Amino acid sequence: MKKSSVLITPKKLNLQDCYDFVQAASCGGIALFVGTVRNSTKNKEVSLLDFSAYEPMAIKEMQKIADLALTKFQIHKLAIHHAVGELQIGDIPVIIAVSSAHRNAAFEACQFAIDTLKETVPIWKKEHFEDGEVWVNSHP
Amino acid sequence: MKIQLLFFGIATDLVGENSVFIELKSAATISELKKDLLKKYSKLKNIEDFAIAVNEEYGENDLVLQENDVVAIIPPVSGG
Repeated sequence: MKKSSVLITPKKLNLQDCYDFVQAASCGGIALFVGTVRNSTKNKEVSLLDFSAYEPMAIKEMQKIADLALTKFQIHKLAIHHAVGELQIGDIPVIIAVSSAHRNAAFEACQFAIDTLKETVPIWKKEHFEDGEVWVNSHP
Repeated sequence: MKIQLLFFGIATDLVGENSVFIELKSAATISELKKDLLKKYSKLKNIEDFAIAVNEEYGENDLVLQENDVVAIIPPVSGG
């Protein structure tokens, strides 16, 4: 049985797919983290975000996070899905879903997965403003 | 020896390329490559730092490169 679902897609992410993948009779809970596009950065209005990825490597790094989470925490299954392309305010760039017998493991694994993704997975976002655009994290 | 370079994120914009093939002395390390890159593409100095991936895996500075390696310039990531 597959314990993890890792996906990068130009399509709209599907919350139900992530939920259905991790849901199981042996589990007492499911933790979900849903990243959403915020309408401002440092008080500046954002018009849209453009995500790009080094896709084959990003998939490998996401799989490493999933495999590590499955050994580190007492969890049943997890899904890590990330969108690429242009996203509007309120759209969903990332979903992490984790199921476990007891809730603490699911919360901890969920936080571990999103924190590690933000550090290691080769995905980049460009913020578009009314008056220009900026690659996030890239400037001294 | 010949290697392929891939650029992503802000590096693509600074260099103006997605992918190029370059000649490198044989058995060059990642830190030697980084020095070469900063000379060849001085605009890369505008990024605070960048990581290097070799054949889709992060590489440390002392990693020795080989002919036909695919080497990616990884600016600070910002997924999620």
